[in-house]
Formats: sequence, C-alpha cells, structure tokens
Amino acid sequence: MSAAPQKAKPGAEQIPVTVSAVVPLNDLVTRFEFKRTDGAPFPTFSGGAHTVVTMQDDGRTRLNPYSLMSDPADTSTYAISVRRDDQGRGGSLFMHTRVKVGDEMTLTYPVNLFSLDLRARKHLFFAGGIGITPFMSMIAQLERMNGHWELHYAVRTEALGTYVDELRYKFPNKVHVYYDDQNDAIPLESLLDGQPLGTNAYVCGPKGMIDWVHATAAASGWPDAQVHSEEFMAPQPGAPFEVRLCKSDKTIKVGENESLLEAMEREGVEAPFLCRGGACGQCETDVVSYDGEFVHRDHWLDDDQHASGQKIMPCVSRFVGKSLELDR
Amino acid sequence: MSKFQFPESIKSRPVYGTLEPRPGKAHLLIADAEGAEAILDLAAQDADLIAKAHIIFIPKGTDYSDKLRALNPAQYYEGPSYEASLQRLRHVLAHAHQGLQVYLTGTEGLMGQAQNEAMQAGIPHTAIQTEHRGSVARRMQCVHCKGITEDVMHDPFQCAHCGLHLFVRDHYSRRLAAFQGVRVDAEDPGNIPDPVELYS
Repeated sequence: MSAAPQKAKPGAEQIPVTVSAVVPLNDLVTRFEFKRTDGAPFPTFSGGAHTVVTMQDDGRTRLNPYSLMSDPADTSTYAISVRRDDQGRGGSLFMHTRVKVGDEMTLTYPVNLFSLDLRARKHLFFAGGIGITPFMSMIAQLERMNGHWELHYAVRTEALGTYVDELRYKFPNKVHVYYDDQNDAIPLESLLDGQPLGTNAYVCGPKGMIDWVHATAAASGWPDAQVHSEEFMAPQPGAPFEVRLCKSDKTIKVGENESLLEAMEREGVEAPFLCRGGACGQCETDVVSYDGEFVHRDHWLDDDQHASGQKIMPCVSRFVGKSLELDR
Repeated sequence: MSKFQFPESIKSRPVYGTLEPRPGKAHLLIADAEGAEAILDLAAQDADLIAKAHIIFIPKGTDYSDKLRALNPAQYYEGPSYEASLQRLRHVLAHAHQGLQVYLTGTEGLMGQAQNEAMQAGIPHTAIQTEHRGSVARRMQCVHCKGITEDVMHDPFQCAHCGLHLFVRDHYSRRLAAFQGVRVDAEDPGNIPDPVELYS
C-alpha cells in the first residue's frame, strides 16, 4: 500500500478542447474528435484509457466517461466514439444531436482503468458492439511495439459493425468479426483453449458478455489476474431520496434521474470522482448512519462491504428508506 | 508429521496454503521429499485431476516413488535433484498453454525456484498453488558475495561461498527464490552467536 493517502479531489485535471470533427459511422455510432483549444499538444495516454466529457446541457452539467479510441501516441487529437442510447439518461443523445464542429467543451486528463498488461506474451481481445473503443487505442499502442494480439469482435449486424472495415483492412489476419444476426457467436471455449502460456484476455462489452468471458476463462483454468474487463455503468434512475451530508452541513434531495454524485455536485459539494461508472473507487464515501436499504451497483466494493452498510459509491449506487447520513 | 506451522512474520516472507483441485486443461505437480504426501492428499480429493497431471518428483532419499506412480498420472518423472529436473521443467513450461494449473509442494527452496520458473513462463505468482511439507531448511543468498547456500538449517550459518557468518532473515526475494543472509558480526567483528537450529 502506498504511504501517502491520495488527495481526493473532484475528477482529473480538465483540458479545454474544441470539437474538430464529428464523423457519423453508422446509424448508432458517431466519432467526435477534439483539439486542445490552447493549441498545445495533448498528453499521451495508454491504450484503454478513458476521459470524462463535460456537457453543458441547458443548465444541466453532464459528465460522461468515454474510452479514448485514437492512437495514444497522437498528441494532436483525442477521439471518442459514442453510441446513441435513446433510452439512456441523455448524455449520448446530447453528443449526437447538439455537438457541432467548433464547439468548446472540456475533457479530463486520461485515466486508465483498463490497461494492457505488458508482461503478457499475447493479448486476446473480446469486444461486443461499442466495446470496441478501448481496443482501438490498445491495438494502436501494440502495433507500434510489434505486440502479439488478436481481436474477436461481436457486432449485431454488418451495418452496425463500427470500425469493422478499417480493422479488417489494416489487420486481415488478426481481426475476427462475428455477426449476431447471422447466428455467428464467438467460439470462446475453443479460443481460450491452447493459447500460449502468459496470454492475457481482455473483454469490453455488455455485462452478459463480460461475465461469460470471466466464467469460461475461470472454468478453463485461466488465472483471474490474466482476464481483464471494463464495464462503465450509467447510473440507473430510481426513487428520489434525501441525504444528509454532515461535513458540508447540508441536506440534499437526489432526484429520480440523477445520481447521488450528481446531486452533490449540483448542490456545490466537492465530491471526488474519476470514472463515474462504479469501477475506479475514487468516490467511495463513508456512511455515518442509515435507516433503510442500499441499492449498490458498483464493481468496487466487495459483497461484505456492500452488506456492512458502511460504504457507498455515490456515482452509481442509490438508497431507499427513511434516512441516510454520509461523511461528505 | 510433514506439516509445519510457520509463525507469523514480515510481509516479505512467503505464506503457503493447502493444495486444492482447481479447474484446468492440464496440471503440473512438482514436489520434493515429503511434498509427495500433499500430492497423495490432492489425488484422494480428485482422481480425474491426476489422470491429466504431469508429476515431477525429487525424492531426496524418501520412498514415496511407488505410491506416486500408483496414482497413474498422465506423466511421471523422477529426478535426482531440482537442478537435474530443471531442463525438464523448462521444457514442459515452454510447451504449455493457458489453462495449466501449477501445484508446488515440499521444501521452500523447491517451491520458490519452481515458482520462479513458472512466473518466467508467464503464470502470475498469485495463480500458483503452494503447500509446504517436510524440512524447514532454507535456500539463502549471501547479500555480500551473492552466493546461494542451500538447505540452511541453522542461524547464524556460514556462507558456503565467502565464509562470512550470516544471520538468517525472513526477508525473501521471489526473483532469487531465496531468503537474505546478512553478516551477523558486521558491527562487532568476531562476535558470532552460537548457531541455533531454525524454529527449534
């Protein structure tokens, strides 16, 4: 454990950017490219990193994490690819309908919770749908260092195969695409069998796919430490509830369609965060007292901690009951 | 009795568990001396595992060979020493695939060195099972001359290479698969305590 406690601050450092390109890729996915507004180079990042995009949506501030999918060594441009979610909370719709070339926005410095293990002898990638994005930057990074990788990419239909043509053109022998509408499934068990010792597997996609890869790999004797996954969860709506924040001496209401973290931010309470998707652990908050039930949705706390009633991750988790008091 | 409960120590000191059957495409079991008993215990829990297993055994004068052969593993190899078995171990690891489970049991020196080989072949150390059985003798590195002395049973002991009298520390190097031995009379040359048997 490191000796110095991490300074808890809200989010990573911000970078003011200007939208330099908006490129629709198919019916659902659009790529957004950014240049730094001050003209300086971006920091380099590592494949798999994400950035949190700040959106000013008519007085409402939205902060959504997206994987950086540009070449990590390209310091002139950052790019994200956003899948439009019509049933979502509105962040992706805002990006698709409102963001235009020339708009000024802010991104955070890259944070990587899904990095390559460079000790691996081989990197085996499993992508589902928009889960392709972190692999785009990982592949660019590995190609530069002559890394050993292969990609197995499941998409719904040919029309929705984001970056399929580009990937196949560049890496015809390394990229394998599977089409759901053709009943074409990733032959996971046989792919996991016979890989060279020291191969690492990475999965990004829907929760069911992530669980499937973890479970199949474990049953095949793969070490947990060599199976990596990333799933950002958007906060789910839920019944409104009230929270007492004792350090800030405030009582706030969390609305149906906002997260606890968002409600704190709305009230001007400085709360730490990085991923806003239940994965990084940065927003972990101590519970002072409660009378009710927690709705834990994060991947950070373990089952015992969830049951203890002493911690909550305000970015995705909620509360149902009479009263909740947090040390924030 | 082949099991020994090591007292709690510093974080650097390896901690060993009890071998348990785990799902895998292949199983590599490496043991020396009384480590054979841990393999027999494992086989009693899961005979199917042994049918897919490659056992590498270094008897060190014990007579477990017939019992291990009788388990009928997929492959059985017996080596006169760890050093002599190393070629085989490296060959096995070089041709292994993901899904290999590694089980190490016996003395600390054997487990540490075999773990190091498995790590270099690409298996994270957290995925390698170990169970201590038999002698508590240690593989020690002299931090002064860097020479390794095997089967150290006393503290302090004399380095087999440079002759310094060394204090047996729990400070362990996973890379070297050895504990660190530090000159015991560095501050007061010639003042060497009487050797005491480890854990006596």
